[in-house]
Amino acid sequence: MPMLELNNVHAYYGHIHALQGISLTVDQGEIVTLIGANGAGKTTTLRTITGLLKPRHGSVILEGEDLAPYKAHQIVARGVSMVPEGRGIFAKLTVAENLDMGAYLRNDKSGIQESLERVYRLFPRLKERHNQVAGTLSGGEQQMLAMGRALMAHPRLLLLDEPSMGLAPVLVEAIFDTIQEINQQGTTVLLVEQNALMALSIAHRGYVLQTGQIVLSDVAANLKENEMVQKAYLGME
Amino acid sequence: MKINLERLSWVDVFLWVFRVVAIALIIIGIVNTLSSGKYTSEQWGTLIFAGLAQGSIYALIALGYTLVYGILLMINFAHGDIYMAGAFTAVFLADKLATTGFLAVHPWLSLLLLMLLASTISMLLAVLVERIAYRPLRGAPRLVPLITAIGASFAIEYTFRGLYGPGFHSYPDVPPLMGDVNMGTFAVPRVQLVVFFAALVLMVALYYFVERTKMGKAMRAVAEDKEVAMLMGIDIDSVIVITFALGGALAGAAGIFNGLFRPQGVYFFMGFVPGIKAFTAAVLGGIGNIPGAMFGGLLLGIIEALGPNLFLEGLGIPAANQLKDAIAFTVLVLILIFRPQGIFGERLSEKKA
Repeated sequence: MPMLELNNVHAYYGHIHALQGISLTVDQGEIVTLIGANGAGKTTTLRTITGLLKPRHGSVILEGEDLAPYKAHQIVARGVSMVPEGRGIFAKLTVAENLDMGAYLRNDKSGIQESLERVYRLFPRLKERHNQVAGTLSGGEQQMLAMGRALMAHPRLLLLDEPSMGLAPVLVEAIFDTIQEINQQGTTVLLVEQNALMALSIAHRGYVLQTGQIVLSDVAANLKENEMVQKAYLGME
Repeated sequence: MKINLERLSWVDVFLWVFRVVAIALIIIGIVNTLSSGKYTSEQWGTLIFAGLAQGSIYALIALGYTLVYGILLMINFAHGDIYMAGAFTAVFLADKLATTGFLAVHPWLSLLLLMLLASTISMLLAVLVERIAYRPLRGAPRLVPLITAIGASFAIEYTFRGLYGPGFHSYPDVPPLMGDVNMGTFAVPRVQLVVFFAALVLMVALYYFVERTKMGKAMRAVAEDKEVAMLMGIDIDSVIVITFALGGALAGAAGIFNGLFRPQGVYFFMGFVPGIKAFTAAVLGGIGNIPGAMFGGLLLGIIEALGPNLFLEGLGIPAANQLKDAIAFTVLVLILIFRPQGIFGERLSEKKA
């Protein structure tokens, strides 16, 4: 049984038919990436998984359970965390308070403490700044905070929306290293990226989205070699 | 402030003249009054304490406006009536306690019971109003819940009028609150001190709740970004219910405090003016800002208490004491013109404005 399964998902923003029959699977322990141009429906796909947007047709199934009846906050309780596009940190809360919010649904004090230590190990910067108001962090630090906050929920499935956006190349590399590390520690990852090269270099498998449809899916190494992918997303001629 | 002369419009000029004239009038009034020596410093002291006590009641009500605005960006104009409902209901318990003699034997316990009852009623009513009048309209244009708020306000007022008539119901005297406390050279009614400090305790408790508890943090998170808050697993609806409940409970307590030091008692329309004044206080401090509402309430209370004698009399305006309400609402207009974000507020961004 796959960890996550989307079956023929159609979703709309008003009259815009944003997802036109998306089907994909993510298996336990994988890093799967969704690549595609702006407006292809990558973020929308993640929003239908988290319940922020409900599909009009089709189903989202997490570990065999249809997520249709659940609201966004109930889906978090089922082990799905998302790092939203543009990070979505709470700018007026401190770093520590942001991390607290990540663990909102948990009550096991020692487990939360463990997660906090893990986050501080992954991102020592956050520990240095734990009392600082999050709005004053740099872009890279905010991305670390957004990822750390998602990890505080101790998710089994982590959804990442454009973690490289607006970051300097060396930071991007650090962030992607961390994603790999998180994955190796047992968290399944679904990664949405415009930086297709980076995404394919750490992912096991990938899907290519175009105007709300999946046009290609393969293991990451093959996608990297695929002519159409190279032309459209890797900037090769 | 840099002024670009070419882009200076007549409206700007008018506002500047207006500002200068207003400030000049206030200063002339103050100078005239003080130089006439009509009032002693003891009398000013008495007025300031009266202002603080009244202001702390405004502050408690203002917190309800500001909490709800912070999260939903809407003005709950039924809040004044939620305040009325608690005070009005508790007056019947107060009568019972007084006639059975319980009040005379256990005055503090009685006060606590009254506060609990008023807070509970106001809290339940606030939650009910949210459920019926606001939640179904969460996605509607912002004018719509404003209209249902006014509808809810009238509905509550006239329900109480229908149930208990249009007359006043007075609170019985509470012995330990009678008399004055000597403050050195002048005396302050004991009830004012008790009200002020009790309100202060409630405000500190609220501040602690919002700053330190998990639910308080969740409230601040929801205020900042509802979608991301949902992604944290926060149930937005329950946070909103708790926000209304907190605001209602504080308003209920304020209703009791008001009943204690206003001899004329409670009636169905008593929430209207304090409601709008507390709204003024919330705007004065910066709507959506919790310390702002506290400070704004106290400041408005003091302006209202001192204003008539301090500058209106100095300007030779007759019966200045009857112009209290005029002062409070002039403050509202001036704030909205010159500093709409209030004292502590941030400039409203596009999203929030």
